[in-house]
Amino acid sequence: MIGLEQVYWLTGAMFGGIAVRSWRDRSDRKRVGTAAFWALLAVSFGLGSRIGDLANGVIVLALVILGGTRALGRGSPATTSAREREARAAARGNAIFAPALVIPLVAIVGTFTLALPSWHGSPIVDPREVTLLSLALGVLIALAAAIAWLRPPLIAPLDEARRLADSIGWAVILPQMLAALGAVFAASGVGGEVGRIATEWLPVETPFAAVAAYCVGMALFTVVMGNAFAAFPVMTAAIGIPLIVTRFSGNPAVMGSIGMLAGFCGTLATPMAANFNIVPAALLELPDRNGVIRVQIPTAIAMLIGNIALMYVFVYRR
Amino acid sequence: MWPLAGIAVVVVGFAAGINPLIVIVLAAAVTGTAAGISPLHLIELLGRAYNDSRYVSIVWLVLPAIGLLEREGLQERARMLVARARVVTAGRLLVLYLVVRQISAGLGLLSLFGHAQTVRPLIAPMAEGAAEAQHGPLREGTRALVRAYAASADNVGAFFGEDIFVAVGSILLIRAFLHQSGIDVAPLSLSLWAMPTAALAVAVHGLRLWRLDAVLRRLAGGGSR
Repeated sequence: MIGLEQVYWLTGAMFGGIAVRSWRDRSDRKRVGTAAFWALLAVSFGLGSRIGDLANGVIVLALVILGGTRALGRGSPATTSAREREARAAARGNAIFAPALVIPLVAIVGTFTLALPSWHGSPIVDPREVTLLSLALGVLIALAAAIAWLRPPLIAPLDEARRLADSIGWAVILPQMLAALGAVFAASGVGGEVGRIATEWLPVETPFAAVAAYCVGMALFTVVMGNAFAAFPVMTAAIGIPLIVTRFSGNPAVMGSIGMLAGFCGTLATPMAANFNIVPAALLELPDRNGVIRVQIPTAIAMLIGNIALMYVFVYRR
Repeated sequence: MWPLAGIAVVVVGFAAGINPLIVIVLAAAVTGTAAGISPLHLIELLGRAYNDSRYVSIVWLVLPAIGLLEREGLQERARMLVARARVVTAGRLLVLYLVVRQISAGLGLLSLFGHAQTVRPLIAPMAEGAAEAQHGPLREGTRALVRAYAASADNVGAFFGEDIFVAVGSILLIRAFLHQSGIDVAPLSLSLWAMPTAALAVAVHGLRLWRLDAVLRRLAGGGSR
């Protein structure tokens, strides 16, 4: 059965290729560090499922040392100049959008159809992972179409990937690192402690105060953890269920739904939510790492106030 | 109480501008040690969680395709496309993207768009192109602002749209947690109650994106071309 593992192999192969090209790029003074970083990522994706937790942990530490101590350089892969791009854009017209649109198109069609075909009664493709597998399939089809049409040098896709990967740099592993930190926090009982403190210190004597404390708590705890999913069980067990639902007999569906969305206000405002806030800043080559967060904070505050108001209006209605 | 020291490490580390990778490992070490986890076990814990979350990095597979198209002038073409259409402004374009992103997320098509596959190659250059067509060449700070707003449209649309879809992870989590606490709620009612917030998000962030045009006009020094 084709599942995520095969997509990981593909991703590992890509990073392996980037590592080899980085190693050969003598224009990068730190090419040893650069190549080592991408090579370790290749190992993590290619062999991560087989080498065990300790080896994976050692890889993590090595990646952090390389990424955290400025050991990562930046190569200069061959690409086109700004003027060449202008000329090609004018010559090719809007057809250049077609391969880019193939990716979402295949992703949609795949999401609904990929789980269907089967071989001797068992599905060919893992039905639980159709969304991510469709995305990967869309990328492969788009890439093949673009190569067939544009006839670039064969190494170009890999070198262009290296150009983008170098510009993102160590932030590539940040989302996974934050997930790892979340696991350590969970194993250490951080959530329970925060919930205990929240109930001891927050004044929640009225129905409105309970709603406000729950929503603000969701947002703040999400800012700290980078993830509303980690905040939800803690705040709901500490404030949501005992106070809003049990004591003030609020509607649990309204509480759960709007409570989670109050947490998402925190996601908009924290560097801990790296894949939404820090990685895009790197992808868009913003000078300020927190540039995306800065423009989101006013919306986050307004939405938090709005969520408190909405929950207060709807949760106690009979 | 002491396991919370890791949170303090995170807050201080990020505020002090130390490399986030280092901050994360320090925070994990402090919290884990305070909770009595041995160093070896801590490394295993980090390794397992890192490995289990590889799926968030699958999105990097788009790099070769996007990079190749950029090499052939994709971003430049996106700029040209909007520069010709006078009705398209940076603000209006991003409002449209916010709405499309939210609706598609609400239909469960969360990975249809995203920062790597849509914002960098298409939406950000289009917004820049529209801004340039109206206000002339952009200063570096202004360009960064337009790009940051493009990323924010993607995030706000995705976050406040996704919970309208019944089978999304957060709805399943809410339901599972309430169930294990002895409360049963229908997934559909959870999706239903996500709708007022979704509408509010379009209003709030849509208004801010709409006002981006006025901000750009001011930054460009008053009169438009």
